[in-house]
Amino acid sequence: MASTILEMRDITKTFPGVKALSNVNLSVEEGEIHAIVGENGAGKSTLMKVLSGVYPAGTYEGQIVFRGQECHFKGIHDSEHIGIVIIHQELALVPMLSIAENIFLGNEHASYGVIDWNANETRTATLLKKVGLKEDPKTLITNIGVGKQQLVEIAKALSKEVKLLILDEPTASLSEKDSQALLDLLLEFKRQGMTSILISHKLNEVNRVADKVTVIRDGRTIETLPRKDISEDRIITSMVGRSLDDRYPPREPQIGDVVLEVKNWSVYHPIHAERQVIKNISLNVRKGEVVGIAGLMGAGRTEFAMSLFGRSYGRRISGEVLLRGKPLDLSTVSKAVENRIAYVTEDRKTYGLNLIDHIKHNVTLANLGGVSSHGVIDDMREMSVANDYRKKTNIRASSVYQLTGNLSGGNQQKVVLSKWLFADPEVLILDEPTRGIDVGAKYEIYTIIARLAAEGKAVIVISSEMPELLGITDRIYVMNEGRIVGEMAASDASQEKIMRAIVRGEGKAS
Amino acid sequence: MSTDSAPAPQSGAAEDVKQQGPRIAVSALTTNLREYGLIIALIVIMLFFQYTTSGTLFKPVNLSNLVQQNSFIIVMALGMLLVIVSGYIDLSVGSVAGFIGALAAMMMVIWPLGIFSNPLVVSIICLIVGALIGAAQGYWIAYHKIPSFIVTLAGMLIFRGICQALLGGGSSVGPLPDSFKALSSGFIPDVIGPLTLIPPTVNAAGKTILGSGLTLHMTTIVLGLVAVLAYAYFGFRTRRKREQHGYEAEPFVLFVIKTLVGSALALFLVFQFASYRGLPVVLLVMGVLISLFVFVTKRMTIGRRIYAMGGNAKAAQLSGINTERLTLWVFINMGVLSALGGLIIAARLGQAVPAAGLGSELDVIAAVFIGGASAMGGVGQVIGAVVGGFIMGVMNNGMSIMGVNVDWQQVVKGLVLLGAVIFDVYNKNKA
Repeated sequence: MASTILEMRDITKTFPGVKALSNVNLSVEEGEIHAIVGENGAGKSTLMKVLSGVYPAGTYEGQIVFRGQECHFKGIHDSEHIGIVIIHQELALVPMLSIAENIFLGNEHASYGVIDWNANETRTATLLKKVGLKEDPKTLITNIGVGKQQLVEIAKALSKEVKLLILDEPTASLSEKDSQALLDLLLEFKRQGMTSILISHKLNEVNRVADKVTVIRDGRTIETLPRKDISEDRIITSMVGRSLDDRYPPREPQIGDVVLEVKNWSVYHPIHAERQVIKNISLNVRKGEVVGIAGLMGAGRTEFAMSLFGRSYGRRISGEVLLRGKPLDLSTVSKAVENRIAYVTEDRKTYGLNLIDHIKHNVTLANLGGVSSHGVIDDMREMSVANDYRKKTNIRASSVYQLTGNLSGGNQQKVVLSKWLFADPEVLILDEPTRGIDVGAKYEIYTIIARLAAEGKAVIVISSEMPELLGITDRIYVMNEGRIVGEMAASDASQEKIMRAIVRGEGKAS
Repeated sequence: MSTDSAPAPQSGAAEDVKQQGPRIAVSALTTNLREYGLIIALIVIMLFFQYTTSGTLFKPVNLSNLVQQNSFIIVMALGMLLVIVSGYIDLSVGSVAGFIGALAAMMMVIWPLGIFSNPLVVSIICLIVGALIGAAQGYWIAYHKIPSFIVTLAGMLIFRGICQALLGGGSSVGPLPDSFKALSSGFIPDVIGPLTLIPPTVNAAGKTILGSGLTLHMTTIVLGLVAVLAYAYFGFRTRRKREQHGYEAEPFVLFVIKTLVGSALALFLVFQFASYRGLPVVLLVMGVLISLFVFVTKRMTIGRRIYAMGGNAKAAQLSGINTERLTLWVFINMGVLSALGGLIIAARLGQAVPAAGLGSELDVIAAVFIGGASAMGGVGQVIGAVVGGFIMGVMNNGMSIMGVNVDWQQVVKGLVLLGAVIFDVYNKNKA
């Protein structure tokens, strides 16, 4: 063993305006599980996209050597051909096709274009056994859970005679049990001699399976730790590169009366009508206060926020919303906006921005009345509004005529924030406001949140990053499986306390 | 906690506001290249046919024909642009136009309706019927999320069928009253009076030779001059206002060249029309509609909302835009313009025929796509669609004069459509 299977040397990748990777080095030995850790936006996924050919040779600088051969991949096909298979965070399965069809998609056992279904299904059954999935190969993907889908992805990778398996945040949307099973599977593969790269920011998982850990921060390799040096503390220091204290702007909360109060909010799933997604949630937020909602993915936080905001999610919604003690009608988005409630969506690309239009038009979209009279837009007024917010939120762009689709994640987020700030809300709900953006931009977003609270607005922040919630909020609600399972002041909250609330919170309301 | 050690926003923040002038100018030019390119393409195509038809294309009488033959395509393209920008498609417009033509003819010629046979009353009723048709189709698309392709494909079959049934099988209904036909083949009256620059030649028999001499339709000249002056004035005023706010991006020279070329072209066309019988009525109708739609799409909130909806419907919805109602309005608008298109066709033919508007939905859609609209929605300009419509029209007209077989005309039009879209995609990938 101990021969190097993969070497990436001095990889540098720039996007317009952003240097995503600079001189990254990575060396993976045959038969090991090599973990890559780093914060969101540190460049882990970009590095893997370079490796798998998503960014073809020529669009980056540096060298990739795989099994002694220098590689110039023109696309994913090239890298898969020599045995590098990547399983992305977002699964790439076709929901309405069967497991077998998905596994051999584009790679079917066929002669002259006629598919041999028997061969496909027999091979699928063997592969499924290898990954420990007990499902009929004919089952449709849409009918199995995310955990099992992940296993199908791995089976698909195995079908391609994989030599190096890359898993990008494989457990991000899995339950604890599924995650454990997946990690066991990885260890089993290792015993069989397969090499894998595991990208994760769940340090306990890394701790459990990794032989080596490479830490990436702000697009640079910081260090590679051997198994004996792996400890959470060591990794955290390396990942963050600075003490946790100064990652959040200082603020002195001036908290006033209750502005928004939600009582007994219940929501049912839009398709599976009998499934209750949100169960009797009650919460409140005060003037000048930043309230956090913590929880794991799938806890129902986004569903709660969207159902609140103009009933944009779910059906059979019941419950009461009070704005400064008076009942509030939020039955449509425009009513919510008129009542000065804003909801900054979780997924800015799908729900937040018109990516094919420029900054100016995106900023004014939620408040066109503010730049027009009698339905006619005042171009000058719109222009000065856009420029004003560009300055206020520090959007880095050549002008307000830059398409939002060409901005970095952090700047896109600032455009979405600007849009809602211009709508002049009293209550802001921010859903994962810093997901996938770099550390510098995060700090700017935190500064904006602090400023909003100082201006007397009531802010609700939904986040999966517990340190972030601890750093910027005054009070934290913990959600799990559609319920509020805990409430604590940020000053005496900790990651452990939140986790404990989630774990033992089953069926217990606060 | 200390602020000093925080990763404060710094990089790139300094180089934001000014000193970007030239770069913006270049980007303004390149982003508008599509529009300029399209207009240049139209001019090149016109010059080409002017040459191959030995000067027939720009003859005043032919220009009038050109406008009258293609106006209905352009009128419907205005509605189609909004439909396509919204992210939908409407295949029914040709059939709706045919049906409305038939309805108008039946009301004016066959059915004993008294006052309701008056061409003006009939036209208004027809436009309302068009709106109802648009609303009926839009309702299913907007509120039941039935794909527009399917709903309007059904509409295409339904209204063609009704059109033929109304006309009683294969027969045509006519002739239509002259006052109605004026919508298509009429010219605006010369209220100022003609001006004779060169007296027409008189032949030996004492009769004037048709087409000789030069008599100008003065109302047309005055209208044309007023329009060109207004265009230059408003262009200049907007520019001044932007300059005062420090937002002007386009270099002055470019602005002047653009205005001069535009005005010269317009004046040339006005002169050609004036030396024949003046402005065709339908050109005036078209001009008013084009201006209205440019204004709505560029300056009004409803226009902005349509682009936002087409660009990202979910984001638009979460920004407080009622996308369902907006969709309904887009289809109602399309219905009204299809009806107007149908009236124009009937007025030009002087009768209603079962095949009126047959296949025209494809010309209309092609015009919008040649004009740079995206099939994915969210992108497209009114002027682009209009120029796209004229490109199709000039090619039809030019090739007909040249005597190119109708079969081959279709081949050429198909290639132009494909070429325009390939050019677009290529440009986008390069950017």
